[in-house]
Amino acid sequence: MGAWTTHWMLGPGPSDHVGAAALDSQAVTVEAVFRREYGRCVATLIRFLGDIDAAEEAVQEAFSVAVARWPSDGEPPNPGAWIVTTARNRAIDRLRRESVRDERHAQAHHLYGADAEASADCAPAPEDETVPDDRLRLIFTCCHPALNQPAQVALTLRLLGGLQTPEIARAFLVPEATMAQRIVRAKRKIRSTRVPYRVPAEAELPARLEPVLAVVYLIFNEGYAATADSLMRLDLCAEGIRLARVLAELMPDEPEAQGLLALLLLLHSRSAARLAADGSLVRLAEQDRRLWDRGLIAEGQAIVRACVQRGRPGPYQVQAAINAVHSIAPSLDGTDWRAILTLYDQLYALTPTPVVALNRAVALAEVRGPAAGLAAVDDLRSSGLDGYYLFHASRADLLRRLGRTTEAAEAYAAARSLTANPVEQAFLDTQRATLSRPDADQE
Amino acid sequence: MPQYLLALYRDYALTIPPERTRQVWADVNALGDKLTAAGAFVFQGGLDGGPESATVVRKSGGEFVLTDGPYTETKEHLAGFWIISAADLDEALEWAKLTAAAQQRAIEVRPLFDGSLDDALDAGSGAQ
Repeated sequence: MGAWTTHWMLGPGPSDHVGAAALDSQAVTVEAVFRREYGRCVATLIRFLGDIDAAEEAVQEAFSVAVARWPSDGEPPNPGAWIVTTARNRAIDRLRRESVRDERHAQAHHLYGADAEASADCAPAPEDETVPDDRLRLIFTCCHPALNQPAQVALTLRLLGGLQTPEIARAFLVPEATMAQRIVRAKRKIRSTRVPYRVPAEAELPARLEPVLAVVYLIFNEGYAATADSLMRLDLCAEGIRLARVLAELMPDEPEAQGLLALLLLLHSRSAARLAADGSLVRLAEQDRRLWDRGLIAEGQAIVRACVQRGRPGPYQVQAAINAVHSIAPSLDGTDWRAILTLYDQLYALTPTPVVALNRAVALAEVRGPAAGLAAVDDLRSSGLDGYYLFHASRADLLRRLGRTTEAAEAYAAARSLTANPVEQAFLDTQRATLSRPDADQE
Repeated sequence: MPQYLLALYRDYALTIPPERTRQVWADVNALGDKLTAAGAFVFQGGLDGGPESATVVRKSGGEFVLTDGPYTETKEHLAGFWIISAADLDEALEWAKLTAAAQQRAIEVRPLFDGSLDDALDAGSGAQ
């Protein structure tokens, strides 16, 4: 059970009413509801209360009531609505007590231009008031451009993902105190500068959507790249996909939100094949394609097809399309590299970065041979890629295929010195060790 | 309505071409009119002279100590400010964009404190 359960599990527990086994299964139920509903509940409560901390407190209180009551009363038919109602009633009680004692506190809850109806005596029941885009307001608030990206990521995981600070700290390998401070600081900035609690207007949407998509992609990628680490890290993949689903569902008319979901599904479909039993990294070329998740692939491909039909391409959609091409290929040789090269050309037109150019050069090597690929890679040396391990790893691979093993070994060594990821280091060491004798035989 | 400080900073070691000063003068006047028309204008001021015009006053024990020069030794110093009222940060940021364009400088946006003593105590608790 995650660390987040402990603080509300410690409250007045249900142990008087039920045996330990029933308690465990009930705790699992509440935990499942917590993971599924926390973001939605907090998002709704923020709209009612106009304050993030007050909303979190109320929702956590409601969950501790759930832990106490559900074992004897049974899980309510709509657990999320039950939590929202309970949280709201508790918050109203608290506000009444505090506003009697202290007028100031009532004032403090009128931020954001949120509805802030909680102080009114006749506030409507929240189930009827649940606005479908509450979570959307919340994610745009968490990813407001006035917050730096680490803060955006931490807040999104905490408020929408329902992750507790220690979990987020572990996932990003930073001390717990650092992460706690990051979250406190971000919430304070939202409150003191009055970041509005709303979905941006149509005109600002493209610019405002960008950091939101970037945060979700980063959360996924942090889990995806961290192959050597704990299961907790891999949870970030699931969290990223969950958030991408929320975005895709809430913004059906934003093709890039759809593209991001498709991209993550298609990348995730290869998870089981990416790692060997000993934890080492398996490249696309050597992956056992039978391990790919066909369900995720089908879902991702369907989204890509819909995006293509819509005809408003963007970077995430094109990356998803590239991965969709890989996903239908029976083998590396059986891959439609021409299609992939065309898509990389399109991606480069949209985002002309050296990293995209590098990936394009790798695709070019598959279409026109390693010499052409190497020439394209070498052209990129001056573009700032010299410190990027994949630049050297790609060069090494092409040099190896050209039989230039001495240079390949040097390139592997250069790549090795530029990555801190032990799985990638091990992979590069193996590649280098298995090079044939220097320039003895040509491939 | 919340109020915000829009602060502009300047490296006084760099000279400003006269045509730029003329342009900024005209643009800033136009911006002032726009802020006033929108009801967002509260107060504005440009500082006279560079960091050498600053004097820092401290009370140390029973004595007042005056220091010649600015509070911080940095390259860029406060050169002027606007106080505006805006409904929320997004609105303040829109004004800040116009200000950055008119002033031809980066603009730091800060909310003005309008809380009580308890809020001040909370803000001073050090968990920044």
